[in-house]
Amino acid sequence: MKIGLFIPCYVNALYPEAGVASYRLLTSLGLDVEYPINQTCCGQPMANAGFESQALPLAERFEALFEKFDYIVAPSASCAAFVRGNYPDILKGQHLCQAFEKIYEICEFLVDVLHVKQLPSAFPHKVSIHNSCHGVRELKLSSASELNIPAYSKIKDLLEMVKGVEVFEPDKPDECCGFGGMFSIEEPEVSVAMGLDKLKNHMATGAEYITGSDSSCLMHMQGIARREGFPIKFIHVVEILAAGL
Amino acid sequence: MSTKHADSAKQFLYYKGSAQWHNETLWFVRHKRDLVSRSLPEWETLRELSSQIKRHTISHLDTYLEQFAANAEANGAIVHWAVDAKEHNDIVFNILKKHKVRKVVKSKSMLTEECRLNPYLMARGIEVVESDLGERILQLMDQAPSHIVLPAIHLKRQQVGKLFEEKLHTEKDNCDPTYLTHAARKHLRQEFLTADAAMTGANFGVAATGDVVVCTNEGNADMGTSMAKLHIVSMGIEKVIPSYQSLGVFHRLLARSATGQPSTTYTSHYRKPQAGGEFHIVLVDNGRSKIAGNPDHWQTLKCLRCGACMNTCPVYRRSGGYSYTYFIPGPIGINLGMLQAPSRYFDNVSACSLCFSCENVCPAKIDLGHQIYKWRQDLNGLHKADPMKKYMSYGMKYVFKRPVVYHTGLKLAPAINKLPRFLIYNKLNAWGLGRELPQFAKESFSEMWKNNNVKSVKNE
Repeated sequence: MKIGLFIPCYVNALYPEAGVASYRLLTSLGLDVEYPINQTCCGQPMANAGFESQALPLAERFEALFEKFDYIVAPSASCAAFVRGNYPDILKGQHLCQAFEKIYEICEFLVDVLHVKQLPSAFPHKVSIHNSCHGVRELKLSSASELNIPAYSKIKDLLEMVKGVEVFEPDKPDECCGFGGMFSIEEPEVSVAMGLDKLKNHMATGAEYITGSDSSCLMHMQGIARREGFPIKFIHVVEILAAGL
Repeated sequence: MSTKHADSAKQFLYYKGSAQWHNETLWFVRHKRDLVSRSLPEWETLRELSSQIKRHTISHLDTYLEQFAANAEANGAIVHWAVDAKEHNDIVFNILKKHKVRKVVKSKSMLTEECRLNPYLMARGIEVVESDLGERILQLMDQAPSHIVLPAIHLKRQQVGKLFEEKLHTEKDNCDPTYLTHAARKHLRQEFLTADAAMTGANFGVAATGDVVVCTNEGNADMGTSMAKLHIVSMGIEKVIPSYQSLGVFHRLLARSATGQPSTTYTSHYRKPQAGGEFHIVLVDNGRSKIAGNPDHWQTLKCLRCGACMNTCPVYRRSGGYSYTYFIPGPIGINLGMLQAPSRYFDNVSACSLCFSCENVCPAKIDLGHQIYKWRQDLNGLHKADPMKKYMSYGMKYVFKRPVVYHTGLKLAPAINKLPRFLIYNKLNAWGLGRELPQFAKESFSEMWKNNNVKSVKNE
């Protein structure tokens, strides 16, 4: 099984540790992992801002770069959701779209494809799960609070395999944190108000860390926490799953 | 880089206390909806059925409308067809004029708001009295609704107390809700007794029977239509549904989604005129038949007007109904405004973080968030795209298309971490208004990979 690692642009520049942890975790499970060096961005930022046409050349590149892999795995729910949900439309009439069927957010890959039942990692801390919107409502990583369906959470299931970790979820467990790509700068007041509320709910759990699969949400909340002087820390969920490897 | 919505939202959030109250109050309604929806194991099946019945009805609208009109006429109703708001208003005015109506009482109707019926009638000498309590409060204040189900949700009882003191001569500084409600009841009773005609909207029109179904919590529609001999219904053509069986599906969803009640207090079926009276139904298109043929946005016609998408919307809760430029706010309002006049209402398209919670609460499963995404794609063609966002998007494409440029950028980026604060945190940086910027890593992932550092770094 050949895995192409997709490290989204902002993870690459700001949070390479999430990429490193993804690589370590996947290789520790005996997988053949490669990072196509010429990858850049999936195109979501401009498409969500209303310029989907600007994402087309990026989607074409993405398709070509990852063509030879059986699976594409990314430490980002939002980027994986964009490729899965939007590439077929963006590439309509241009190119045969394959990436949408092969791309997985790393937690869902561990649960749904690898059927991981145990992990050797340890993380003796209290963490609050940030259920990001695109993770919940597009990739269905956990049961959305609005739906009358049996409760589940793939991220929680994985975290519970980690030794020593105490897992919490905030009140309003899947309310948006207010990042939303360019929404965060086009509607900065609403975005920050949403982020503050979300942070307060996370901190009320007593957790030391906020963790999740979307570094973009974590980045937004971290920016507010640093401005406000809140003592809460942030860590990508894959770093916890790979802790101690 | 800001839209009218963003500017108004900023004003709304300036008053932290009331903004917080608005957010929490509407969340409470969303929470009630969650609880009551979980009491029905078949909830998700109902939503799916509702979505499918609406899809079927909208794609067979001509058949069901003709059936509805024929059955309504057979029951004794007089059916009118209005192509747009103006024709609707003319029809209503002419009926009222023919009956020499001086005063009409209305129950809640978003369609008459859409048609701007009240000012139209008042300009022609007819007194119009809203009888839904929230709507009446707003009418006395000369304000528009800020929510489609809870129209006065932005007001507090103290403001209502002050208003009633002035308009209804209630006791000074008494804002006890029971007292104020009683005062409103006495006041409205007088209006019901002296009105010459009653108007209602329609939640549903049942094609198989010709029934017009109106759901209220206050019984105000029933009071109005029981007192006056003349009843006029304003009904959007998308409100037609096939049968009582389908009504059962929608009725179980409507109040639960709207307010978390198992049912509205009153659900009235209107079929025929009172003895010696007249019963008119005005079927209004006003752009709906065109929407039915719009592949990207036809689903807006499935809307039951329950307001659940507003209650769950994190942006609506924190910006209030008046921050939107269209009279219907929230996710459904963003879409309906764009369908009505995109170059007038494009400012609302920014009011969405694409969290998609609206799609999960919608009892008709409308793809509200995905439609907003599509509207954003249209803004450039309408010459309404934000220049800064456009510049950023084109710039990003330039960089991301060229791995060499991208990798050079990644190498240089950490220098930004060391820039003096005033260069980074200023008016040009909307991110920095309430947030610190993230720090660039000393070595990007790509650099680490190239230098063979990914394989050798040991995690903590």
